[in-house]
Amino acid sequence: MAHAPREIILAKNLGFQYVGAPRAAIQGIDLSIKENEFILLTGPSGCGKTSLCRCLNGLIPNFYQGEWTGELLVDNLSVTTQLTSELSRRVGYVFQNPENQLFALTVEKDIAFGPENLGLSREQIRQRVDEAMNVTGTLPLKDLAPYELSGGQQQRVALAGVLAMKPSVIVLDEPTSFLDPRTAEDVMRATDDLREGLGLTIVVVEHRLDLVARYAERIVVMDGGKIVADGNLEETLDEKFDLLEGLGVGVPRVSLLWTMLRRDGLVSGKVPTHVESAALSLGGMMNQ
Amino acid sequence: MSLRTLEGFKFSTLRTPVHLLDPRTKFLIVIAVVVPALLFANIYVMIVLLLSQLPLLFVGRVARRWALSLRAGVFLSALIFVVNLFTGSYLSAIALTLRFLVLLTSFSLFFMTTSPDDLGLALDRIGAVRWLSRRWLGYPNALSFTFTTAVRLVPTLAVDAQTVVDAQRSRGLELDKGNLFKRIRNYIPILIPLLLIAIRRSLELAEALESRGFPGKEGRTSLFQLKLRPADYVIIVLCLFVIGVSFWIFFHYKIPVL
Amino acid sequence: MITLEKVFFTYRSGQTALQDIDLNIVGGDFIAIMGENGAGKTTLAKHLNGLLKPSQGRVLVDGEDTRKVSVAKLSRKVGLVFQNPDHLLFSETVKDEVAFGLKNFGFAPDVVDSQVVRTLEALGLAEYAETSPFLLSGGERKRVALAAILATEPDYLILDEPTIGQDYRQKERLRNFILQLYSQGKAVVMITHDVEFVAESNPKVILLSQGRIVARGPADSVLSKDELVRRASLVRPQMSRLFSELTKYGLPGDVVDVHRARLLLEEKLSEAKVRVPQNS
Repeated sequence: MAHAPREIILAKNLGFQYVGAPRAAIQGIDLSIKENEFILLTGPSGCGKTSLCRCLNGLIPNFYQGEWTGELLVDNLSVTTQLTSELSRRVGYVFQNPENQLFALTVEKDIAFGPENLGLSREQIRQRVDEAMNVTGTLPLKDLAPYELSGGQQQRVALAGVLAMKPSVIVLDEPTSFLDPRTAEDVMRATDDLREGLGLTIVVVEHRLDLVARYAERIVVMDGGKIVADGNLEETLDEKFDLLEGLGVGVPRVSLLWTMLRRDGLVSGKVPTHVESAALSLGGMMNQ
Repeated sequence: MSLRTLEGFKFSTLRTPVHLLDPRTKFLIVIAVVVPALLFANIYVMIVLLLSQLPLLFVGRVARRWALSLRAGVFLSALIFVVNLFTGSYLSAIALTLRFLVLLTSFSLFFMTTSPDDLGLALDRIGAVRWLSRRWLGYPNALSFTFTTAVRLVPTLAVDAQTVVDAQRSRGLELDKGNLFKRIRNYIPILIPLLLIAIRRSLELAEALESRGFPGKEGRTSLFQLKLRPADYVIIVLCLFVIGVSFWIFFHYKIPVL
Repeated sequence: MITLEKVFFTYRSGQTALQDIDLNIVGGDFIAIMGENGAGKTTLAKHLNGLLKPSQGRVLVDGEDTRKVSVAKLSRKVGLVFQNPDHLLFSETVKDEVAFGLKNFGFAPDVVDSQVVRTLEALGLAEYAETSPFLLSGGERKRVALAAILATEPDYLILDEPTIGQDYRQKERLRNFILQLYSQGKAVVMITHDVEFVAESNPKVILLSQGRIVARGPADSVLSKDELVRRASLVRPQMSRLFSELTKYGLPGDVVDVHRARLLLEEKLSEAKVRVPQNS
C-alpha cells in the first residue's frame, strides 16, 4: 500500500529581515513541501529566493542575523531551535559558485568533510563517502584537487559532499550559473536521477526556466519577498504566463512562442514547457 | 624578490618516500637541521647540513624547484653576506650566508613535501594547539583548520591577484610609473579588491562549511589518520641522535668558524 | 579596426591556448565569442587590449601593433569589462569608481565630472553616485563595473560573460544597451555561453574550440549546427531544437530567434487554417 508522502517542510507566515536592512527580505511566506517533490523556485533578482533557501537549512538565523517572524518546520524540527549543524543532516545546500564550496586538497577528503562532523565512526564515514562518490560518478576524480576540476565536475563533487550527509532535502541555489549549457543540463539531469534514486526532495533556484522545466513539477514564484504564485509548473505557466513574463522571469522560449500564437488564435491548448512537448503540440496543430 | 621564491614552498602532490613520511617526522628533520645550524657557525658544519639534505630533495623529486627558489634567494643571501663582512670576518660571512641557505632549504623541503591537510592532522594531535584553539575559538580543531584553509586559499588568491592586476591595468593603471610615493599609492586599487575578494571567499566558504555540519556537537572524526611507519621511527631516532649530539658537542667543545 | 593576424599563443607552462586566429573587428560590429570552458575565449579577449601578446602573429589596434604599445594606451580605445566586478571595485563611492579610468587617462577635472554624470545616467546608476559600491547588489555592481569602463568611451567594448547571474529583465536591459552602443558605431564583442541571449540578440558568432576558430557567421547559421555546438559544450537554442522537429512540415531548420519563429509559424498555420475547414 502506498503511503501519502509526508510533509517535510512547512512554513507559516515566515518572514526575515537582515540586520540593518531597510525592509524584510521575505515576508508572509506560507509554503508546504512534500517528500520527493521537485520544486523550481524563481523570481526576479532580489525577490528573496536565496533568503528563503537559507532559512531551510538554518543559515538563517544562525549564520545571518536579523529579525525572524513566523514558523518554519523542517522534518518536524523548528528551525529557530536548531543549529545549522543539526539541520545540515536533513537539508543539504549546493551553492552557486562551485569554487568557494570546495576546499580540501582532494575530492575524497572534501566529500568526507561533512560526515566527519557527524560523530560517526571511521567505517561509517568511509561507507558514506564511497556511496556518495558512486552515486554521483565522481569516483574517478577522487585523488584530484578540487581546483583542478572543471566547473561541472566541481558541482558534482559539491553534490556528493552534500549527499554524504544523507539529507532528505537538497537545495540548489542557481547551481548552473557558472556552467556552460551542456554541463548545466548534465547537472540538472543528475539531480533528477538522484531524486528518483534516493527519494530526495529537491528545491532548485533558477532564473532560466528552460533548464529545469523538464524535471520540476511544481513552481514557486517570488517577488518583493512574497510568494506570488505556487502550483503545478505546466498549469502555472499556462494560466499565469503574463504574470511571469511581467516579473522578468526567464520563461522558456517555446512557452513564449506558443502563448503568442495562441493569442493570435492560431493554436489552442496548454502551454508546453519544453521542446519535446512543444514539438508534439505544434505537430498536432499542423496536422489538423 | 620575485614570486618564484614562493614556488620553493608550495606543496606538490607526489607519492615519494619523503612525501609519505609523517609530518611530525619531517618537522623533526627540520629541527635536526636547525639546531646544529644555529648552535654552530662552522663552515664545514653548514656544508654537511646542506649536503645531507640533498638526498632528501632528490628522493622527494623537489630538487629542481628548490634550485629555482635558491636562485631567487640569491639577493637576500648576497645581502647577508655583505652585512656580515662589515660586522665580522669574511669567513664568518660565508658561514652565516651558508646558514641562511641551510635554513631556507630545510623549511623549503618541509613545505614542499608536506600537504596542508597532513599538517592540519598533525597540528590537531598536538595538545597545546587544541587547548589554545578551545580557549580562543571554542573548538579544539578550529585553529589547525584555520591554518590549513589559509594555506589552501593561497593558490586561489594568487590567481585572483593576477586578475585584479589585469583588470586595473585595463583601466589605465600603470604600476611601473611614477615616483616611489605614487607607486605605493597605485597598489591601493590592487589591494582593496584583493582583500575584499579574500573576505568574500572566506565568508562563502564558511557558509558552505556550516552547511555541511561544521563544527558539529561531537567534534570531528577524521577519515584519514596519521600513522607512524617503520621509516618514520628510524628517521626519528636518527634526528634525536643528531640533536642530542649537537647539544653535547656544544656544551663540551668550542667549535671555531673554520 | 582591430586585426588579429595568424595569432598563436602559448602560456609559459607550455599549454597552447590559441592557434591560427584570424579576425577583424570594426566599429558597428556586434560579435559573440563562444566556446567551451578552456577554449581560449578569455585568452583571446586579453589579446585585444594588450594584456597578452601573441607568441606568433600580431594584433593590430587601429594600425598599432599591441607589442609596441602599453596596455594603458590601448585601454583608451579598447575597454575590457571583466566577468567579476569585484576584481575592479575599490573606491569609496560609485562616482569615484567611475572617475578612476578617466583620471588615469588624464582628462581635465570638469570633463571627468561631466562624463561620470553622463555615464551614471545612461546606466541607471545616478541615484547611487554617492553610495559605496560594496553596498550594492551583485547586479548593480556589475553595472558599476560596466560604467567604469564605458566612462572613457572606448571605441571597442569587450564584455566577458556579462549575463551570468542576471535575471531576464537585466539581460533585456543589457541587450538594449548593447544595441545602442553598436548602432552608435562602437564595436561590441561579447564572450558568452548564454545561447538564448545570443539567439535573441543576433550578433555575428565566432565559435572557438580548443584554441581554434571552428565556425563564424550569423547566429542562426552557427547555432543551428548541432555537431559544432555540441563540441563547444553548448546547447542549440530552443527554437532551433524545435524547428528540427518541424522540418517535415516544410519549415526551415536554421531558426534561433523566437520572433522569426513566430512569423514563420503564423504563415504556416494560417495556410493550414485556410485549407482545412474550421472545426468548431
